[in-house]
Amino acid sequence: MTTALSAAFTPATLDYVALLPVLIIFSAAMLGVLVEAFVPRTSRYLAQVTITLVGIVAAMAALAFGAVTHRVSTAGIAGFNGTVKGSVVIDGPALFIQATILLFALLAALSLAERFGGVGADAFTPMGAATPGSPQEAQARKVGAMTAEVFPLFLFSVAGMMLFPAAGDLLTMFVALEVLSLPLYLLCGLARRRRLLSQEASLKYFLLGAFSSAFFLFGTALLYGFAGSVYLPDISAAITAQGSAFQGLLVPGVLLVLVGLLFKVGAVPFHMWTPDVYQGAPTPITGFMAAGTKAAAFGAILRFVYVGVDRAQWDWRPAVVVVAALTMIIGAVLSVTQTDMKRLLAYSSIAHAGFILVGVLSMEREGVSGVMFYIAAYGLTTIAAFAIVGLVREGGSEATHLSQWTGLGKRHPWTAGVFAFLLLAFAGIPLTSGFTAKFAVFKPALESGTAGTILVVLGLLCSAITVFVYVRIIVLMYFTDSTDDSVAVIEPSVFTTVTVATGTLFTLVLGIAPASVLQLAERASQFIR
Amino acid sequence: MSVSLTTMAGLPAGMPFAGEASTVHAATGFASAAWLLVALPLLGAAVLLLGGHRTDKWGPLFATAMSWAAFVVGLGVFITLLGLSSEERALTVHLFNWVPAGQFQLEAGMLLDPLSIAFVLLVTFVGSLIHVYSLGYMEHDPDKRRFFAYLNLFVAAMLLLVLANSYLLVYVGWEGVGLASYLLIGFWNWNPPYASAANKAFVANRVGDVGMGLAIMAMFWQFGAVDFQTVNGAVAEANEGALTVIGLFLLLAACGKSAQFPLQSWLGDAMAGPTPVSALIHAATMVTAGVYLVVRSHAIFDGAPNAQLAVVIVGAITLVYGAIVGCAKDDIKKALAASTMSQIGYMMLAAGLGPVGYAFAIFHLLTHGFFKAGMFLGAGSVMHGMNDKVDMRGFGNLSSVMKITWVTFGLGWLAILGVPPFAGFWSKDKIIEAAFVGEGWRPWVFGLAALIGAGITAFYMSRLFFMTFQGEKRWPKDAHPHESPRTMTIPMMVLAVGSASLGLILGPTNGILHWLEPVVGAAEEEHPVIPVPALMAITLLVVAAGVALAWMRYWRDKVPTTAPVGSLLTRAARADLYQDQVNEGVFMRPGIHLTRALVFLDKRGIDGAAGGLAALIGGTSSRLRRVQNGLARSYALTMLIGVVVILGAVWVVQ
Repeated sequence: MTTALSAAFTPATLDYVALLPVLIIFSAAMLGVLVEAFVPRTSRYLAQVTITLVGIVAAMAALAFGAVTHRVSTAGIAGFNGTVKGSVVIDGPALFIQATILLFALLAALSLAERFGGVGADAFTPMGAATPGSPQEAQARKVGAMTAEVFPLFLFSVAGMMLFPAAGDLLTMFVALEVLSLPLYLLCGLARRRRLLSQEASLKYFLLGAFSSAFFLFGTALLYGFAGSVYLPDISAAITAQGSAFQGLLVPGVLLVLVGLLFKVGAVPFHMWTPDVYQGAPTPITGFMAAGTKAAAFGAILRFVYVGVDRAQWDWRPAVVVVAALTMIIGAVLSVTQTDMKRLLAYSSIAHAGFILVGVLSMEREGVSGVMFYIAAYGLTTIAAFAIVGLVREGGSEATHLSQWTGLGKRHPWTAGVFAFLLLAFAGIPLTSGFTAKFAVFKPALESGTAGTILVVLGLLCSAITVFVYVRIIVLMYFTDSTDDSVAVIEPSVFTTVTVATGTLFTLVLGIAPASVLQLAERASQFIR
Repeated sequence: MSVSLTTMAGLPAGMPFAGEASTVHAATGFASAAWLLVALPLLGAAVLLLGGHRTDKWGPLFATAMSWAAFVVGLGVFITLLGLSSEERALTVHLFNWVPAGQFQLEAGMLLDPLSIAFVLLVTFVGSLIHVYSLGYMEHDPDKRRFFAYLNLFVAAMLLLVLANSYLLVYVGWEGVGLASYLLIGFWNWNPPYASAANKAFVANRVGDVGMGLAIMAMFWQFGAVDFQTVNGAVAEANEGALTVIGLFLLLAACGKSAQFPLQSWLGDAMAGPTPVSALIHAATMVTAGVYLVVRSHAIFDGAPNAQLAVVIVGAITLVYGAIVGCAKDDIKKALAASTMSQIGYMMLAAGLGPVGYAFAIFHLLTHGFFKAGMFLGAGSVMHGMNDKVDMRGFGNLSSVMKITWVTFGLGWLAILGVPPFAGFWSKDKIIEAAFVGEGWRPWVFGLAALIGAGITAFYMSRLFFMTFQGEKRWPKDAHPHESPRTMTIPMMVLAVGSASLGLILGPTNGILHWLEPVVGAAEEEHPVIPVPALMAITLLVVAAGVALAWMRYWRDKVPTTAPVGSLLTRAARADLYQDQVNEGVFMRPGIHLTRALVFLDKRGIDGAAGGLAALIGGTSSRLRRVQNGLARSYALTMLIGVVVILGAVWVVQ
């Protein structure tokens, strides 16, 4: 009996170099938890920020080292074979998306750490457990308390995001999904100002996230029933063999798993949480969520769709085509009537999710590289945009109502100018990264057939609608006279400045000279099965 | 800017222009530094404009130095070219690959040949003198720095225009000088009429520029290239119709820039700019760019006789038109502007005559550049002494107080009259001779037009000269005319020496003909329909008659200080032969009606559709917004409905 067991047991062969970036982020997060427990309050901020930034930079270095040394070059694959028995697959797409997420994390961490001269990170409440408006809250503020645990939470989320697009089986994918989501649910509820809104956002995100996770798990169960395995290559093989007695489980299984994933990117009709959560969450978290979650979830979608179920695409693809179309339309149309900057950007992110889905649905290798380029370009623009939203204040709290942005261009020409540029990138105007990215996803879609062509035409029409939305803000900032000048851009520290500058610079460079990054994405676009 | 020396794109070095003896080489040695010609004044403009008020003190001097530096470079290139045999006098300086678009490759480069160098020397030398003059003329202007920045910008753009090796690069310079001209006409834009004069020049020039754009497009359509070498080489195989179209578009462009009929209306108003600007841009250089364009495109025009005929007609009409207008103007600058228009008409006429006229067109252009700039500077000097008054009826007998201005202006006057041995005699009279060459009706019509023009020119220029400097004093009471400072008089003296001698240096020696021969080809010996000595005598007689008439009316007789009502023709000429009214009636009114109709259509049709669409989207948006009610349970329900619908649809389909 024991021999039989030990014979069946195969110890995992771990390629630690390949896993090193994720491990570093996890370790940094653990270390952050220890810091929270043992380091005195006065030095916690410094310690946490240092650990976070050093951890992210170290993970970047490890990733670069791994990508260079472990390169295998069979059949144009740039990546390497390191696996935990196939549960974690570090290949070209995984490397590219992980690197993208780390870059987002670095910029978001800087934005997160912005203090504006206070004791703790400015965006977060001094004491998350205190009831909003209660004496405890006032007390916590008085003694200079802060929630420095946002940094380890943030790092856990980053680790989950890095694991998500590298997951080679559905269970690992689910674990990664939860690892990235749970800290985010918490972070969303920790805003310093308008705390009730923030807590409401957190609860909604959690409830609906749990709901979607259930769909994901149910889909996983159905697929296990179909293929007898949760490994994506096994599912793919089972589709080809067509030997399963449970053929009817395949399509519902695929669609339910996709529901769980599409929820994370905010695709219609699973998008309802997006505006509420984007609005309520602390602004740096919103920016990070919009960029990072989207990157990770699209990475997972790419892997699931291209490695696991691409051979059944004729069964599930029409449904996703409809989802993509609806996502673009609803996102674009609803952004027209928004009056709150963060909600507007939320709907904008929904529309962008639709555009990215168009690229995913091309089912071509070129589509993979297009999607990867898009999420990188969009994320960098988004983080910078939300960082600027966090700077525009009226009486200390963020001035997110559009009417408060009138005439900002006259009083703060630089900030408004950069923001206008980022909006043009969202709109996909040439010479910004938005244009290159849209081109990169629409081109393979256009070549993929009728459905792709229809989606591209829809996508262009929706882009036209969103141009109206963004240009309206620019008009508001530059060509409308404002009556009050109590709204002002507060002086950011070097942290936020670096975030905004880097995001803007990438937006510009990826618009003017995108060739090298496009090539990198293309070289990294081959999945290992 | 890096300068690498390669041959022109796509063609091996030394490939000849079709039909010409000269060959094109990559520039080496000093000539390869020709990019400095454009870069130096451009640097001056950039420093002065970007440096702001910090450069107020030394800026004007710096700009003047940059202009002189460009002249020195130009002189160096000229000497380099002199050192080459006449077949080799065409060098290219490769700057950078400009438009690498698939099969269409265009490099930005410079072409240094006798024609472009002649212009470079004119532009930099006269331009630099006018910079010096402006140091005095603009001394008390608070915006002096901006003025010099624009002057430098103009010089850079003008040099780019004449040095460009492709029509597209010419276009860049073409727009650049247009911009500088606009900025300088409206330099005193606090005065609304001046600002609207700038706008008028701008609009009239745009009409011409459309021609330039269309010509370039037509070239691309016909030849697939827009650089001089390829275009000139391909002309031989092109059909005449296409060449005529290109030629007419080029002529339209030339008419706009050179104030030729029917786009001449802006030049008179352009006198709103400071006088040095009028001298440099609206007399000596920019307005002659049209002539340059026609001569530079001689290969195209040689292949399109109809387009050539159009050039001659335009030139003939304008030279008479300008001369008539010049007779009636009492404003000294406007009279000179009309004269400029008329003289450029002569050049156009010559340029349209073909090989027999090209060299004389350029020759007259050079001499005119000197004597007209000199006279404009003289006019500026007079204005300087007379509290910026421009009405000649308030002048008279200024020779008694402004000796230098009087003498220098007088030399210019003799030059434009064509009195031997001054410059005009060698250049303008040659054009009259050339106009009499040919068969049938043409020599008689064009030759007589040129001859009559010469007579009228003599009349109005003498009128101008006598009314200003001779006769009796008609000064206003508060006027205390005095001679201008040295910075102003020295450039005038230099230009006067040029007016007097340039013709003598280049004319009888046939220097200009030989110099330009590699570019425009040698003219065959042609005989006018009237023998040359007879023609010369007639011309001098006509000129003498014009001068005599002017002497009787404006020196001997008393000149009334307020203009008499005058005959119908005089009144028409005073109103520029009603050109503004014609433009208004023919173009502006129908244009306004057209735009009104379009605005109506736009509002009702297009805006209506767009507005309706926007309202539809907005309405949909507000309705859809209501679904977003903030309740987590309804969100979850939406998700559930979505899942059920998707699964249901898939189930139904399968």
